[in-house]
Amino acid sequence: MSSPAVQTPPSGARNSRLSVAGMAPTDISNPDYFHKVVDCQWACPAHTPVPEYIRMIAAGRYSDAYMVNWHSNVFPGVLGRTCDRPCEPACRRGRVEEVTKKAEPVAICRLKRVAADNKDDVKARMPAPAAAKNGKRVALIGAGPASLTVARDLLPLGYTVVLYDGDGAAGGMMRTQIPKFRLPETVLNEEVNYILDLQPELRLGQKIDSLKALLAEDYDAIFVGCGAPRGRALELPGGAQAKANIHIGIDWLSSVSFGHTTKIGKRVIVLGGGNTAMDCCRTSRRLGGQQVNVVVRSGFDEMKASPWEKEDAMQEGIPIHNFLVPREFLHTNGKLTGMRFQKVKAEFDAKGRRNLVPSGEPDVVMECDDVLVAVGQENAFPWIERDLGLEFDQWDMPRVDPRTFQSTNPRVFFGGDAAFGPKNIIWAVAHGHDAAISIDLLCQGKDMAQRPSPLVNLSSQKMGIHEWSYDNDISNDHRFKVPHAPIEKALKDVKLEVELGFDLSQAFAEAERCLNCDVQTVFDTPKCIECDACVDICPMDCITFTANGDEEDLRRRLTAPSLHKEQDLYISSALKTGRIMAKDEDLCLHCGLCAERCPTGAWDMQKFLLNAPKTGYACHR
Amino acid sequence: MTYIAKPKLRHPGIAVNRLGFTHRDYEGSVSTLCAGCGHDSISFAIIQACFELNIEPHRVAKLSGIGCSSKTPDYLLGQSHGFNSVHGRMPSVLTGANLANRDLLYMGVSGDGDSASIGLGQFVHCVRRGVNMVYITENNGVYGLTKGQFSATADKGSKSKAGGSNLDSPLDLVSMALMVGATFVGRSFSGDKAQMVPLIMAAMSHPGPAFIDIVSPCVAFNNHAGSTKAYDFVREHNEAVNRLDLMEPREAITVEYAPGTSEEVALHDGSTLRLSKLAADYDPHDRIGAMAYLQSRAAAGELVTGLIYMDATATDMHANLNTVDQPLNLMSEKQLCPGSNGLDAFNAAHR
Repeated sequence: MSSPAVQTPPSGARNSRLSVAGMAPTDISNPDYFHKVVDCQWACPAHTPVPEYIRMIAAGRYSDAYMVNWHSNVFPGVLGRTCDRPCEPACRRGRVEEVTKKAEPVAICRLKRVAADNKDDVKARMPAPAAAKNGKRVALIGAGPASLTVARDLLPLGYTVVLYDGDGAAGGMMRTQIPKFRLPETVLNEEVNYILDLQPELRLGQKIDSLKALLAEDYDAIFVGCGAPRGRALELPGGAQAKANIHIGIDWLSSVSFGHTTKIGKRVIVLGGGNTAMDCCRTSRRLGGQQVNVVVRSGFDEMKASPWEKEDAMQEGIPIHNFLVPREFLHTNGKLTGMRFQKVKAEFDAKGRRNLVPSGEPDVVMECDDVLVAVGQENAFPWIERDLGLEFDQWDMPRVDPRTFQSTNPRVFFGGDAAFGPKNIIWAVAHGHDAAISIDLLCQGKDMAQRPSPLVNLSSQKMGIHEWSYDNDISNDHRFKVPHAPIEKALKDVKLEVELGFDLSQAFAEAERCLNCDVQTVFDTPKCIECDACVDICPMDCITFTANGDEEDLRRRLTAPSLHKEQDLYISSALKTGRIMAKDEDLCLHCGLCAERCPTGAWDMQKFLLNAPKTGYACHR
Repeated sequence: MTYIAKPKLRHPGIAVNRLGFTHRDYEGSVSTLCAGCGHDSISFAIIQACFELNIEPHRVAKLSGIGCSSKTPDYLLGQSHGFNSVHGRMPSVLTGANLANRDLLYMGVSGDGDSASIGLGQFVHCVRRGVNMVYITENNGVYGLTKGQFSATADKGSKSKAGGSNLDSPLDLVSMALMVGATFVGRSFSGDKAQMVPLIMAAMSHPGPAFIDIVSPCVAFNNHAGSTKAYDFVREHNEAVNRLDLMEPREAITVEYAPGTSEEVALHDGSTLRLSKLAADYDPHDRIGAMAYLQSRAAAGELVTGLIYMDATATDMHANLNTVDQPLNLMSEKQLCPGSNGLDAFNAAHR
């Protein structure tokens, strides 16, 4: 917001002294401006148009809602169960609901599942395999979410895509690491198959052990989407002797997934505080573990696991022990008997950094039959030769351009966990879309910096004098809880999906909690007569008419305090009195009352629909 | 108007007054007036004033007659007493209510039709009697409910929406209130909350008949070129003689005014308003001067706004009548009615 424009008020305006230098009028033609107002979509790595599909769910248009998702995030059914949901902490509902109860975001993720579970057969709406090949060949290493996204985006354009994976089935970590009780195989298979239907060449069960050899083949581009496949081990006294009962978490989950492992000891210790640890402990409970304990070095709130995953684990009778550092595996003649932990406490140094220091209390000994180690995952590229012009950094990670996903070898691209370390599925999908754009540009001999724009549409939602094409009456409901299967039943079957999903009436009520943040308040300065009607009616006191000023000064003079400075102010050009309109986008309910009360139509409610860039948009129909 | 009620959700950082209320707690039901009506802006100025003054809603009685303006008490102070009376008869009902219970804060909300036409006689007599009240007229110069005929306050020569010119002389309620003894007189504009809110607060703290005329453009029938009550016209001809600013109780006075140009107005909740002069030669304590000033500026086509007159020593009807301090409605029949023996004795004293 630089280069403040000094506006001269029209002659005759009394209060021309109010017109001073200050913030420049907001440029709403920049797609980022309104995109940012849609907090959920902005936060989603794949920029899924969330309010758009939530409205469709409320209208019972589950198939349409599914396709909106599928275009953006490729795996709606999978993500509707497993997503890390960066959208939900961003959701505005979680900032405005504090009147009667703790504010909670819309259950965006679980509404996505409603679309996936209740849609009709959508096969006919999927893109068809390319009628003709374009002669370009792309190899994808690893058949996880990142590679499958690249495949989906490139295949309809005529690319020959060759999909390699060491496992016998496509899906990557979605298949090997996510337990079936969270993600049924049928859901995964359906969504993987939509991509396999586009006819990539499958090389499953074929592990790549030399990138050099692959580069020597006739591929125009190679995409590495092999994930972060190595679980970190824990070197402690006694570990070598008791190794038969010490398992690496992700390997163990994979073994359970493929049916190689079907039971575990009665007493299990799971080490680690991430989502893998939560999957390990809950799986253990289903394979015979009766006393399953999670032990974490850090405090409860600092654990990496999502809050809902911790909650689900505790619901299943799994205690989480914090501030315990593993010291020793205890064994009797090589038979694991337990573990010894040192008690620590958190101390903060002058710079505010947290250190875990011994608390001085006696060590804790916990008995067990098996230990699952889920203390982190690493990338491992032993199969990439270091003389291919492909540079690695000091942490032995490939140097990857964060925009194009190209490595320093122009033909080799990285995405998903393989690119920047462990994240989650939705990031892998986002990387896949961007990498596909780059690969397409490379293969067409175009400049990789000239990337396609998003598809953007802004259209008025006015249907009558006070009638809008969206439901602007704000629901006062609090967040609905997703029903679970009875715990006795759930713990007996490792494949029984524990979350049942919203029923349709719950789904409707939850969808109605959405504030439709994509229906933007668009202000047309010349039409405004400064009658104050919008200021008076706004339930959140978002709107201020005042003299212009720099941002810090303006934020101090708003009708209601500005609580989140990272949320933009919508600034008009100078009005007749020389003042400007400043709207704090932060807490707007998008109820449209400003537009309903506006006598001149200076305010209008316009739906902002943005589809993030995808190569060729072949999947949008 | 809007078809949905204002959402219950409110800004999490919303200000709370000494009673623990937010300004939202002073709202009423949703307005059914036209979008952009100046009256709605006045309603929100009243809401803001009551919030700032920490007024307990159940200590307020809001009364009105008939008309667009007289509908507005429904749209504010939903927890207060209300009486929607006969056309033009609100002043009598208000006087009676005030006689019965002197402890409430009386607010009469009326319009140019209700007060300057059918209720003109009621208006002047109510003010004459010195009823302790805030009397607000929402003045738009037209009969909005009957589609925009000129009202008695329309300026001569002002154009109607259909193009006709008003041939009758206007009736100025401010001059009339001054003439018949209002001890607090102000005028404001619905498009200027910064002026309206402190003026209403000061009027609410005034212990006698307080009258505020608020020019409130009718967006449907009187907001066009040629109208003297349109947003643009009022903004261009608005001549504020002074400005009232609310001061926080312990706020240091940082702005220096030349001697004699500013004074403080005490409010009944203990805080103060600062009155600062904009027109150098204007004295809001000089009734005759004020009347002359109004006439001279009106002749020049200007609309004088601000605090026009205030008598700081004002008293009210109860003082004039020497009534008891206890509200009559709290007294028992025995206290109020002397009985037939008492009546006989009283009558005998006059024979």
